[in-house]
Amino acid sequence: MNETDIGFWGVPLAMFAGAIRVSTPFLFVSLGECLTEKSGRINLGLEGTLVFGAMSGYAVAYLTGSPWFGVFCAGLSGCFFGAIHGYICKLPKVNDIAIGIAMMLFGTGLAFFFGKPFIQPQAPHLPSISLGGWSSLPQVRSALEINPLFFIGIALAVFMWWAFKNTRWGLIVRMTGDSAPAALAMGYSVDWVRFLATTVGGFFAGVGGAFLSLYYPGAWSEGLSSGQGLMAVALVIFARWNPLACFGAALLFGAAGALGPALQSVGITQGYYFFNAAPYLLTLFIMIASVSPKRSLKGAPGELSITK
Amino acid sequence: MADTVNQGVVAPAASAPAEFLDRIRRSSEYVVIPLFALIVAGLIFSLFLFALGHSPATFFSLLWRGGFGTGFSWQNTLVRAAPLIFTGLCVAIPARLGLTIVGGEGALVLGGFTAAVAAIPFVHAGAPNYVVLPAMLLCATLTGAAWIGLVGALRHYRGINETIASLLMSYIAIAIMNFFVEGALRDPGNPNKPSTLPIGDANMIGNIPGVGVHWGLAAGVLVALALWILMNRTTFGFAARVTGGNVRAARAQGLSVGRLMVISCAIAGACAGLAGFFEVAAVQGRANASLAAGYGFTGILVAFLARQNALAIIPVSILLGGIAAAGGLIQRRMGMPDATVLVLQGLMFVVLLVSETLYGRFAFFRPKGN
Repeated sequence: MNETDIGFWGVPLAMFAGAIRVSTPFLFVSLGECLTEKSGRINLGLEGTLVFGAMSGYAVAYLTGSPWFGVFCAGLSGCFFGAIHGYICKLPKVNDIAIGIAMMLFGTGLAFFFGKPFIQPQAPHLPSISLGGWSSLPQVRSALEINPLFFIGIALAVFMWWAFKNTRWGLIVRMTGDSAPAALAMGYSVDWVRFLATTVGGFFAGVGGAFLSLYYPGAWSEGLSSGQGLMAVALVIFARWNPLACFGAALLFGAAGALGPALQSVGITQGYYFFNAAPYLLTLFIMIASVSPKRSLKGAPGELSITK
Repeated sequence: MADTVNQGVVAPAASAPAEFLDRIRRSSEYVVIPLFALIVAGLIFSLFLFALGHSPATFFSLLWRGGFGTGFSWQNTLVRAAPLIFTGLCVAIPARLGLTIVGGEGALVLGGFTAAVAAIPFVHAGAPNYVVLPAMLLCATLTGAAWIGLVGALRHYRGINETIASLLMSYIAIAIMNFFVEGALRDPGNPNKPSTLPIGDANMIGNIPGVGVHWGLAAGVLVALALWILMNRTTFGFAARVTGGNVRAARAQGLSVGRLMVISCAIAGACAGLAGFFEVAAVQGRANASLAAGYGFTGILVAFLARQNALAIIPVSILLGGIAAAGGLIQRRMGMPDATVLVLQGLMFVVLLVSETLYGRFAFFRPKGN
């Protein structure tokens, strides 16, 4: 055993590092979903937005050589999908959950269609910030290589939490989500507020997708997303529509997602598929534990179709 | 449903043929609008192809040839339509109660997997196929019924959104199959692709004579027919539709909503499990990752296109089976990625849902000013 071998301490360390890496896309998608749901609409299509964002971000980064421009374009493509969803949902008699499923399939299909030529080439990665220079252990140093998007996500969560409480815009979004008649009576267009909230929410989901393809796992492939966009919807319910709680929940989901690879890194490969299913099981159990048919959830927007 | 409400009340003196024509006119709305949506989706897709420098005419002629042009392509189409009928039913039955269940893929995978596993001891003991196949069938339907039934129970007793729960459980189902197929139950004789032990040629389900398509298609048509009768001509179906219309009204009438939900979900899951059974017993011969071929997801589109009507699911499955069957030909001839079919399906789905907004807007479908 050499000096840098830290044995089973590698598991919590890898989970810590993994939680930060894996949680970032969860964080962005859940913040986008949180904003959309706060305005009273649900967007299940964010899974498709995430996959398309991952593809477009990777493609743009490869073609222009700038990963940050890729992230921006992924956000723009997310806006586009969010805008389609937002526009369609304001038509009468259209079910937002069904549209979400359709947009999920459509977005994934488009991403696979345009993404075929980008499976082989290697796009430039997003740079990371090294915070582990003080340690002599390579494991610790590599665990503290943190992507700036993680910090941007934290800042965004704090900002959204503050803005919902303290700004005029936050109040308008919350009011639209809680009672469309009230928003109407105050002279705001419910459709416009929801349209904008869905569009901006799509931007965040697109950025989350770009993180997947440009940082971790760091390559575009058709199996890149494993339902993160979908789990984020459950995560927002668990977080009770609070952006700060979204951050905590994203970390928890990230840690669950990092469990399989962390065990694999110390040589435990038994049950790899079982540990890979851990995030889904966790999501399901959290929903079972935290949702009740008898009472409405604290902080739930009154107009949301899934909690009605 | 709604088109029968005013019958005889508005015009008691109307003659029988006139009333019949009215009925046709009212229900034609449910055919004309989806067809219109499909045409619009085709036009948008043509623009998409045109913008990318492909010829829409070539695409649609290849689609026709690959899906419906020859006897061989019809076989190909019908083999794909068989599981789509089942997975479409898996979405359509709970939808009548107002539940959006989209986890057919998971129930199909688990149903196929348990069917393949159930066959192992029987095949080992050398049992004849009239013992092996019913055991497989039973395991597949029960597993599927339990899997989606659980989603219904979670929805009713714990208030968990059934759409999210069923999708999550699809991922879990696929992980369960992979866990066993790559581990304890892996066939050591098949090093290339992790699979369970084969069920053996003697136990495979054959083709319908003269059609060249396995019996799963006939079973699908029969099940669709039976479920149409169940949902439209029995008290159970009526209770289910009342619940779908208004849960509170159903409760006030003393209907046990929870039981209806769990039973409907179990029926739906049994259908998806049957799809898995036929995929294993008639197509693959073993359970492996090929089971998760996306039939569960295309089934969602089938059900919505059929407007959750069990009988309409049969032609719609054939249509979508044909599009899937033509995918290979289009890929080879036009040099387009295999995801082209996914884009077309997604576009059809979105346009179809947008067309929901058109119902009730045309006076033509509302004779006598209703």
